[in-house]
Amino acid sequence: MQAVSAFKRWLFRLHGPEAAPIVLGQRRVYVLPTRAGLAYAVSLGVMLIGAINYNLSLGYALVFLLAGLGLVTIFHTFRNLARIEISPGRVEPVFAGETAHFDIQLRNPGKQARHALRLHFVDGETVSTDLPPDAVTLVPLPLPARERGWLRPGRLTLETRYPLCLIRAWSYVEPDMRGLVYPRPETAPPPLPLSASGDSGGSRSGAGNEDFSGLRAHRPADSPHHVAWKAVAREQPLLVKQFTGANTAQVWLDWDALPAALGVEAGLSRLTRWLLDAHAEGLAYGLKLPGKTLPPDHSPRQFEDCLEALALHGR
Amino acid sequence: MAAKHKKSPPAHPLTRSQQAWLIASAPLTVAPGIAYVPGWLAASVGIALLWRAVLWWRHAAAPPRWLLNALALAGCVGVFLSFRHFFGKDPGVALLILFLWLKLLEMRQARDGLVVVFLSYFLLFTHFMEAQGLGLAGFTVLALVVVTAALSSLAQTRQSVAARLRLSALMLAQAAPFMLILFLLFPRVQGPLWGMPRDAYSGMSGLSDVMEPGSISNLSLSGAVAFRVRFEGDIPPRHSLYWRGPVLRQFDGRAWRAGFQRPIRRPQDPQEMTLTDSVRYTVTLEPHNRHWLFALEMPLTAPADAIISNDYQVLSKQPIRSRIRYDMQSRLNALPQTGAAPAPRTDLALRPGNNPRTRALLENWRRELNTGADAGANADEAIVHRMLDYFRRESFFYTLTPPLLDGRHSVDQFLFETRRGFCEHYASAFVFAMRTAGIPARVVTGYQGGERNPVDGYLIVRQSDAHAWAEVWLAERGWVRVDPTAAVAPSRIEAGIASALAEGEPLPFMIGADLDWLRAMYFRWDAVTNGWNQWVLGYDTLRQRETLSRLGMRQPNWKSMTTAMAVLCGLLLLGLTFWALHKRARLTPVLRAWNRLSRRLKRAGLARQDWEGPADYAIRVTQARPELARPMADIASLYIGLRYGKLDGQKPLDELRRLIAGLKIARQR
Repeated sequence: MQAVSAFKRWLFRLHGPEAAPIVLGQRRVYVLPTRAGLAYAVSLGVMLIGAINYNLSLGYALVFLLAGLGLVTIFHTFRNLARIEISPGRVEPVFAGETAHFDIQLRNPGKQARHALRLHFVDGETVSTDLPPDAVTLVPLPLPARERGWLRPGRLTLETRYPLCLIRAWSYVEPDMRGLVYPRPETAPPPLPLSASGDSGGSRSGAGNEDFSGLRAHRPADSPHHVAWKAVAREQPLLVKQFTGANTAQVWLDWDALPAALGVEAGLSRLTRWLLDAHAEGLAYGLKLPGKTLPPDHSPRQFEDCLEALALHGR
Repeated sequence: MAAKHKKSPPAHPLTRSQQAWLIASAPLTVAPGIAYVPGWLAASVGIALLWRAVLWWRHAAAPPRWLLNALALAGCVGVFLSFRHFFGKDPGVALLILFLWLKLLEMRQARDGLVVVFLSYFLLFTHFMEAQGLGLAGFTVLALVVVTAALSSLAQTRQSVAARLRLSALMLAQAAPFMLILFLLFPRVQGPLWGMPRDAYSGMSGLSDVMEPGSISNLSLSGAVAFRVRFEGDIPPRHSLYWRGPVLRQFDGRAWRAGFQRPIRRPQDPQEMTLTDSVRYTVTLEPHNRHWLFALEMPLTAPADAIISNDYQVLSKQPIRSRIRYDMQSRLNALPQTGAAPAPRTDLALRPGNNPRTRALLENWRRELNTGADAGANADEAIVHRMLDYFRRESFFYTLTPPLLDGRHSVDQFLFETRRGFCEHYASAFVFAMRTAGIPARVVTGYQGGERNPVDGYLIVRQSDAHAWAEVWLAERGWVRVDPTAAVAPSRIEAGIASALAEGEPLPFMIGADLDWLRAMYFRWDAVTNGWNQWVLGYDTLRQRETLSRLGMRQPNWKSMTTAMAVLCGLLLLGLTFWALHKRARLTPVLRAWNRLSRRLKRAGLARQDWEGPADYAIRVTQARPELARPMADIASLYIGLRYGKLDGQKPLDELRRLIAGLKIARQR
């Protein structure tokens, strides 16, 4: 297996992440017949035998024309893939267990439209797209995010069977991109440790749970308590009510305060859940991780920094 | 990382447009062969296609599987009942058609679509077993474009109908050079590779070895070509163009038959071979599924795989089942007397008792002549002349719609009552009369005449040129040809059948046409057909060698042909590679001018970045070179107007070019 994959790496020129833009030069586009192509070749063989046996001049001509068509297809398929430029695009952070979307930017420098391009990561779904001439298209490629930290998509396969499904042209590229995966929020956590924050003394009643300040797009981790169900009933997209309290309470999310029996991942999960809750409730929150402390704040920036710190803890 | 297996094509349900393509291409692939399949199958195809189209139209689901299975079973039983077996060409084609429409009804996945397309290609191939004319070839090319477009629709793209057809036509056009090379150079093997199924040659027409004068009241003349001839040198005069076919010697009172004797090879006379006043010619014979080959009287040499029998028939060892070409040499009119063997008794044989009036007439003549001055051998010749005079003197008519002759005394009836007929009647009556007078005689059938195509110089001999004449044995001269029809209607021999008929006699379309332009067009068309037959359909092992050596290949054998084929295909592939890799984007003049500007500014260190639009670029250039502010602003606005805006035409383009050329870019220090 080791030898096979080494051979594959050599054959397909896979040497780790590549700098953008990656151009699919002629030497990295591979072409082989598909199963349909092999079936086509076999039926041509049968027809040729028929033409010889029945001495059919036009039978010969038809077989030869179709054989020529098979050869021509190789070039059309090849041309459909060659010279495409690939650049990595944005990757929105996701929580573990969700699907990350890696934006792949495809540029067609030629005057010829590209059809039925299919892209997929090694264990991702396949996405099909067309590419008009002299145009750039963004293709969000889904990839399941299984664990927190940086998610590297690895090898990207681009393939096409256009125009006749007889030939498959494909290429492997490894765009230099990664996506951040936050820890999976715990599903049934203990309540937010407001009391643990001690000196603030604020009760939950004043914790900005009342002052509705607006709506924002729903994130998968939002508490269902804050979904604007009325808006949903009006067939609007899923929105979340945001609240601010004038009398903002403070909460410290402290790694060391977690029960020791909780493992690292479970602890991060719980902190993530608390962080989400605190953010949703408009509290000011701080994060204490071993070796990293983020003082309390409630800005969006704080939210992202804290999640990143949780995601990359120990990585 | 584990080595991953190549993914099998994922299941793609067929989209509506893909279904439409497949349904629309099916009638085209079935149509050319529909006449050759059993009626029930043709009807079932029509119904199934209509049904499928309606299902498509109504967004309805495919028929249930049990129904399709039942239909498949019924179809197979039907094919078996029609042909009594499953092997061979006709049941094979029937099954193909059956599977095609079943698959069309059943198809759900893209994979089913592929099966439909491959079946279509196969069906298009099978039609060539029935016909290989130019028309069918053209139709097949059209069908190929549509079927290939249907195949391309399976590649999950969104393209318009026109774009698909264009793509398909382009690809087939690119495939055509490969076809040409392979067609020319693929070493031809003379088939068949295995025994042909018996039904491979059903339905060929031509002369028969039975002649029954008076049994048909309306000779239908077919304008179909029997064979074409190319002469070395001039075409001999029309009255000597007797194309010898089957010789009929047995008469049962009604029909003449060739009889069951084995053809005996006539010993070759070395003296014949040295004759210099012979004609040489090449015959291209249409298939008729019989053994005989046609040659001018009298044939001297037999082509390969054929013999000349002792009654001067040229017989092929194999029945003629495909169009063949053979070289012949003949001596017109007469042969030198060779070994004057007595005529066999069979050439005198008659059934006793019938046609008493003819017998009485001939016995009367014989008696008169025996008492006259020239008895003996000359008497025979005199009887022949008397008989011909009789035809000439009495009121005999040449017609293609003679009255029917009934029964036993058909010769009497013809000679004394109806007196209307065509070559068969005259030849038959004449030979019968000669035999009653004791002169050995036989009927020879074949073709007489032919028409020269001024376009390609070939002589076209049609089924309508079919003719029957007689041969009599004269003691001193051997077998002598006598054509009684010539006595009645000399113009039949001199000018063809059309001129021999009275006004108002029905004639098939082309034979009697006196519209000159139509004839000219017909000749041109026939020349094209003949060229097609000679060079495309008749491109066999022999012609391949001949053609290749004419093209300069020194020793065309399978090795050199394969090499040449590989080299030429390689060159083509190279050309295609070049096309695939280096097809430069064709730039518009506007873009060319703009690129020129970028190149000029690049030398001054102001290269345009890929992401930079014209306005941004102009601003950046102006910031670096304030002196270029005016021209750059003008250039940018012109360019934007020409490329993206409403500006159009030659004038602004010229202005743009002038501005760019006139830009003075000082070298930066």
